[in-house]
Amino acid sequence: MKGKVWKFKNNVDTDVIIPARYLNTSDPGELAKHCMEDINLNFAKKVKKGDIIVAEENFGCGSSREHAPISIKASGIACIVAKSFARIFYRNSFNIGLPLFECKETDKIKEGDIIEVNISTGEIKNISTGETFQALPIPPFMQELVNLGGLESYAKKLSKEI
Amino acid sequence: MSLTIAQKILQHHIVKGNINVGEIILARVDLAFANDVTAPISIDFLKRIGGKLYDKEKIALIPDHFTPNKDIKSAEQCKIVREFAEQNNIPHYWEVGDVGIEHVLLPEKGLIKPGMLIAGADSHTCTGGALGAFATGVGSTDIGFAFATGMLWFKVPPTIKFIYEGKRGKWVMGKDLILYTIGKIGVSGALYKAMEFTGPAIKNLPMDDRLTMCNMAIEAGGKTAIVEPNDITKQYLNVVGAKEGIFYKSDEDAEYDDIIEIDVSIIEPQIAFPHLPENAKPISEVMKKDIKIDQAFIGSCTNGRLSDLRIAAKILKGRKRDKHVRLIIIPSTPLIYRQALKEGLFDIFLDAGAVISAPTCGPCLGGHMGVLASGEVAISTTNRNFVGRMGSPEAYVYLSNPAIAAASAVLGKIGSPDEL
Ligand code: SF4
Repeated sequence: MKGKVWKFKNNVDTDVIIPARYLNTSDPGELAKHCMEDINLNFAKKVKKGDIIVAEENFGCGSSREHAPISIKASGIACIVAKSFARIFYRNSFNIGLPLFECKETDKIKEGDIIEVNISTGEIKNISTGETFQALPIPPFMQELVNLGGLESYAKKLSKEI
Repeated sequence: MSLTIAQKILQHHIVKGNINVGEIILARVDLAFANDVTAPISIDFLKRIGGKLYDKEKIALIPDHFTPNKDIKSAEQCKIVREFAEQNNIPHYWEVGDVGIEHVLLPEKGLIKPGMLIAGADSHTCTGGALGAFATGVGSTDIGFAFATGMLWFKVPPTIKFIYEGKRGKWVMGKDLILYTIGKIGVSGALYKAMEFTGPAIKNLPMDDRLTMCNMAIEAGGKTAIVEPNDITKQYLNVVGAKEGIFYKSDEDAEYDDIIEIDVSIIEPQIAFPHLPENAKPISEVMKKDIKIDQAFIGSCTNGRLSDLRIAAKILKGRKRDKHVRLIIIPSTPLIYRQALKEGLFDIFLDAGAVISAPTCGPCLGGHMGVLASGEVAISTTNRNFVGRMGSPEAYVYLSNPAIAAASAVLGKIGSPDEL
């Protein structure tokens, strides 16, 4: 995965990712239109398919609304790299097939940088600066979810196993 | 192997995997629930994978967020949930008139019991830990998966043990203990972890206060919070007519990620400043600042229970809100509503100039019944004061217990009942 970076800070919560005033729908396209609206008005307008969100600690804290990762995925974002993630956001993202990477060195990545993330090793290359970082490898179960495309396919697979 | 309560409950439900901290397991869930915002996505998921419910007795659907329907779009969402409930004959579905806020309604209906493994498509599902259950918030897709399979994946969390000692001071409630705790460890202080609340001050803590404390575990990033069930739990279960569950205790030598001791006697009522629940400050410090308010809200799954309304009434009795302040009071369930009415609390509230709404989440998430305009300031007994949480992204929300919120409504600024 290779794309342009949108940089965010600590504790980006689900209320700013997708404000509650838009929760009266669960249509991904509609939600994407308002993604990050309360924190960066340009995001929804300018984000391109394949771009990558990079943030600091506790990304996605707050409510359990799956609308948050759905709006991010529908806006075209390929993956998110952060120092840490809030846990419900973490499971929601993998469940819908949006991969997340935990990397403690995200302060060395800037808005607009081009980075490349290796999904199986967790290696992150900052093409703009030439630096490389290592994210925590995705646990095998999560890797399986991402490979299958999310919990939907996993459920189908499980129903055959059990 | 020595285990914590959290591990013991998970172990009891394991289908695949082992109970070591950090492992991912597949486990049976005893109850999976969702609300009007989250259920439509779960229902859609269920339909996409074949549409069969694993066990309709083990699910609950609670349309509480935007009900009675606040606009056409939310009406459509509620309609999806209602039709699904009717078609599938779901026993635990409540229509407007019977419905209350999920985290207050489910314990009241006797559906949350010690030892249960509970997943809810709402982050405040952790509230159920007050009854000694492992209750954790998940996403809609998770709940769709649980609806279909009766199972869910979990990462076995490490546990932080909090030991509360000493006597609570005047006007100090469960809300203040938890705001103080979050202030101490921060909004990511318990990220991915279970919080176990123990110590002499918890053993005697009333159930309503325990529920308030566990409710806000997620505000510290916690996966769940658990209080070891005891006589107070038993009493509560008797009152709501729940048959007893399994009363787990952590092993003496269980391994904790951290042990934090808190002296309750030094805790004053706490106010969390905008825009994070961790910005907790003691009331004595806040009183000096003269923070004028436009709205006071008493309600939500954190503090809309009967004991909360009683303490608010105690303070509002014979008093009137400041003429500039809108005072909004929302009992969390119809049962609480009726009881408050019977006890004469509504007269006190109405005399004080409050407006009382039917049970709903309403203003807590900036839905309806008290959305804030830009520049407005609110004191609220809810659990979150994020940017835009109660309406305008330019509004300011301060979190407190109901005694402080009631007193502030009278004073017109954030203050203590002692100032009245
Ligand atoms: S009252 Fe507020 S925090 Fe509780 S479930 Fe409703 S919206 Fe969520």
